[in-house]
Amino acid sequence: MTSVAVLDYGVGNLFSMSNALRRAGLEVKVTGDPEEIGSADAIVLPGVGNFGPASVKLLPFAEPIRRALEEDVPMLGSCLGMQLLFERSEESPEVGLGLLKGWVRRFQGEFKVPHMGWNTIEAARESPLLEGIPDGEYFYFVHSYYPEPAEGDVTLALTDYGGGFTSIVESGPLYGTQFHPEKSGRAGAMLLSNFAGIVRGRRG
Amino acid sequence: MLAKRIIPCLDVKEGRVVKGTHFLDLRDAGDPVELAKLYNRDGADELVFLDITASPEGRGTLSRLVRSVATELDIPFTVGGGIRTQEDVRDVLRNGADKTSLNTAAVEHPELITEISDVFGAQCTVVAIDARRRFEEREDRITVQTPQGPCWFEVYTYGGRKATGMDALEWAARAEELGAGELLVTSMDRDGTKRGFDNLLYGAMSRIVGVPVVASGGAGEPRHFLEAFTEGKADAALAASVFHYGNYPVPVVKEYLRSQGVEVRK
Repeated sequence: MTSVAVLDYGVGNLFSMSNALRRAGLEVKVTGDPEEIGSADAIVLPGVGNFGPASVKLLPFAEPIRRALEEDVPMLGSCLGMQLLFERSEESPEVGLGLLKGWVRRFQGEFKVPHMGWNTIEAARESPLLEGIPDGEYFYFVHSYYPEPAEGDVTLALTDYGGGFTSIVESGPLYGTQFHPEKSGRAGAMLLSNFAGIVRGRRG
Repeated sequence: MLAKRIIPCLDVKEGRVVKGTHFLDLRDAGDPVELAKLYNRDGADELVFLDITASPEGRGTLSRLVRSVATELDIPFTVGGGIRTQEDVRDVLRNGADKTSLNTAAVEHPELITEISDVFGAQCTVVAIDARRRFEEREDRITVQTPQGPCWFEVYTYGGRKATGMDALEWAARAEELGAGELLVTSMDRDGTKRGFDNLLYGAMSRIVGVPVVASGGAGEPRHFLEAFTEGKADAALAASVFHYGNYPVPVVKEYLRSQGVEVRK
């Protein structure tokens, strides 16, 4: 069975993500051991909370993740796990994984922060991750910061909250969603099932 | 644009979902796991689970039941009732909750709000407020004009058993300052009455706080949800009996809201 390593680096709740990935047909290995990344068919980086402490806890995983991506192992970051793919955040001075170029910015404006609840996505281009998911589909968001990729072509979908922001990224085998697919009902289940399909496809 | 949320609530006592009126006269409404499955399938935007025996009887939350319910869900899940410590929060999160709601413990130890918010994040820290109208004018209370005369809103704890003398509107603002990421506000006057939400309460609160407010208590028909969003300016509306007894299933309420121009998730 195709296995996915769900990284347990002490940030947030792994219950729902593991549950949802199992429903998508993947064998889930929750692991806090960076060495175990090497044997997985895919990597999932969940996460809620603050960028600074999370990026410090993630440090031991940085090299194994880089090596896996070089071997084209698919990886999905969600929420804070997506933000940590970038270089820097306005939330704290610590650096992220830097797998994608750009900053994570704080929402500013005459609207409620955090951006919390169900909001829609618009695809910027086609991708196997979004197969069967039409524009205008709702996903569940909870965040006060959003990624601003320095290279626009990694943006796979946009969401409008006081202006458009990047809500899904794709760069080679690397994917990130600012929303929580594991909490996004049928649409989220479809996205995770597409991710599982990508993982199985690569594995042959 | 952000959709308005419809949230069924499971009030759980001794492993069963119950529902009362004005927090009293509880009657059985079904099995929590079965209802959770139904609401998840029906397109509920979130689910709230309140262990209503926990606070008065000093028991911990029912971890195993929380886990069974969480396993059925792919939508956000809030658990409350009897949460008094960081360890309690950790326990419900470990069992699949995404947010925890604090009520009595937050009133008695407001610093708990900050502690939970700092450790687990504001997105996980819901402060639940049970409020009841007090028809008297006091200079030291935020007063609202109602057709029945001026009133302020008093905070109750221990499942509606204990009046605290605190102003619910001031408490809401303070809870936000302390780190609450959301407020779940139940009108005891309206609870179980099916007369509609207390939109004077929510309207006043929306002018005071910046975090999302969930209106609770009084839903009897789809129009009441619309009013909670238009008059009450609520971000989400929570209900129990109107869903449990099948009077108006979630899809019916959502279809009505959509027809009235309210953005809701399909």
